[in-house]
Amino acid sequence: MNFDFHEGEIISIVGESGSGKTTLAKIMMGLLKETDGTIEYKGLPRQLKSHKSRKEYWKDIQAIFQDPFSSFNMFHKVEKLLVDCIKLQGLRLSKEEQFAKMKEACSFVNLKFEELYNKYPFELSGGQMQRLMIARIFMLHPKVLIADEPTSMVDACSRSTILDMLLKLRDENNMTIIFITHDVGLAYYVSDSIYIMEKGKIVERGLAEDIILNPQHRYTKQLIADVPKIHTAWNLA
Amino acid sequence: MSKNILEVSGLKTFYKTRLKEKVFAVDGVDFVLEEGKTLGIAGESGCGKSTLALSLMGFYFAPLHYGEGSIVVDGTDIMKLSKEQLRKQVSGREIAYIPQAAMNALNPTMKIIRFIEDIMKEHRPELSKQQVWELAAERFQTLNLSPNVLNSYPNELSGGMKQRTVIAISTILNPKVLIADEPTSALDVTSQKAVVKLLKDLLDKKFIKSLVFITHELPLLYHVTDDIVVMYAGEIVERGTAHQMIFDPLHPYTKKLMGSIIVPEEGMKGHKLAAIPGAPPNLKKAIVGCRFAERCSFAKDSCRTGKIESRTVDGRIYRCHFDIRTLKEWYRHEEEQQDTDYRETDHENIRIRKA
Repeated sequence: MNFDFHEGEIISIVGESGSGKTTLAKIMMGLLKETDGTIEYKGLPRQLKSHKSRKEYWKDIQAIFQDPFSSFNMFHKVEKLLVDCIKLQGLRLSKEEQFAKMKEACSFVNLKFEELYNKYPFELSGGQMQRLMIARIFMLHPKVLIADEPTSMVDACSRSTILDMLLKLRDENNMTIIFITHDVGLAYYVSDSIYIMEKGKIVERGLAEDIILNPQHRYTKQLIADVPKIHTAWNLA
Repeated sequence: MSKNILEVSGLKTFYKTRLKEKVFAVDGVDFVLEEGKTLGIAGESGCGKSTLALSLMGFYFAPLHYGEGSIVVDGTDIMKLSKEQLRKQVSGREIAYIPQAAMNALNPTMKIIRFIEDIMKEHRPELSKQQVWELAAERFQTLNLSPNVLNSYPNELSGGMKQRTVIAISTILNPKVLIADEPTSALDVTSQKAVVKLLKDLLDKKFIKSLVFITHELPLLYHVTDDIVVMYAGEIVERGTAHQMIFDPLHPYTKKLMGSIIVPEEGMKGHKLAAIPGAPPNLKKAIVGCRFAERCSFAKDSCRTGKIESRTVDGRIYRCHFDIRTLKEWYRHEEEQQDTDYRETDHENIRIRKA
């Protein structure tokens, strides 16, 4: 597949389970190696050979994964996660400055840092964990964010809060967000352009409005028809 | 008017923590389900949906304990029966329950038919193995599932297929009520549709009489169920028909919940999603007044005193301090406010993107 993403754009990659969405996300993250083809970042082929270049790459490209429960190291207290962010950026700060920075990030995602301090991940709810992951993104200011089903394990109300925050981040940092999701409605709501994936291939791409309101490919049509809607009847046959 | 098949009144169940604290996850729930009707239960995570489903079965395992209240299934109060009676007469025959991760409950070393033989050994011991096979095959055929499934191991089936198989197995004794707890949450949209179709088939062919469907996905409930109840912090805050609940919610919590629906339809993009600040209350402590008051944008001082009783107006049940007219007036005002806000930011965004 071929595609290019631009600065400040929100892209959604939509497909059903097993269509290769997450694999694509992992390749973009550099967690898996591509078999063939090239990936360029900022116009140059990306370098992931040495530890140092990988660290550079991950400063710019960050991800939020589907399952907030497995995104945390259960043996570490939650503030360790945020302290690590500061370390990754190579900043040298005093305890008070670190504290202030963490507090700022937490208040951005409507969490109270005092409530989280000295806690272990299992003491938090799923929504809180996922928001903490976003606080982490806020501290790192990456250029590209890969969000792999960030809201599929939280309920509808936390979902709108999380989406609001991600959109706010985009507006502030001009970040590129790549949403990986099976939820067509979500993709339509957040993104500028949508890519539909089926069995490892992109079958349709275009602006969000065009794809959802006027789908061309057979697979896209079926995908949209299978989602229960509230203003139109849902054909079960 | 048809008869009531399930009547729950004043049901309270709690979890006991290690420190001997009681957490009332279901706190005074009343509802009635009529024969042939489907009821949806919605609410955010941790509001007690799943605990309610578990409690309806009548089996209580620590740390879940029974508090008070009655569950009447077709005229008999199942809380008055012994555990043995409950297992022999009620579970599977009167009420069947599909838990959240049901499809992972299939023992990987057993063929599907063995699960059905197991059920029949307990409930209909007179049937021979051959008869059980015929019965199961016929049932699977009528539900558009291939009888070949019976001869497969669970790992040979896809997620959606496993879920449908579990539903078919749990309804093989024709229970009066089927309680389905998030049966489609782990599935993609195509398999979700197949599961919903199966549930509708079961109802149409009268294998089950009534259905309680628990999910947090509201557009799905709108298509599946007749009535919807919304739970918040262990209480039912509102009940109405599916259409009323989606398009004309009364309780401020329901209003927000409906505002957070995302569907791939025209007009969705310009729509501002509702978000509820804060988190649900801690149920370990006794809550005075309205449970939603802390997060409600309309809450007044009077909301935080006394117990808020639910009221019934024109067949709608809702638990709020204010009357319908006041609430509607507020909603209209809020919407106007939001519209103007949103239009301004929207123009701004378009300008930025064009530049």
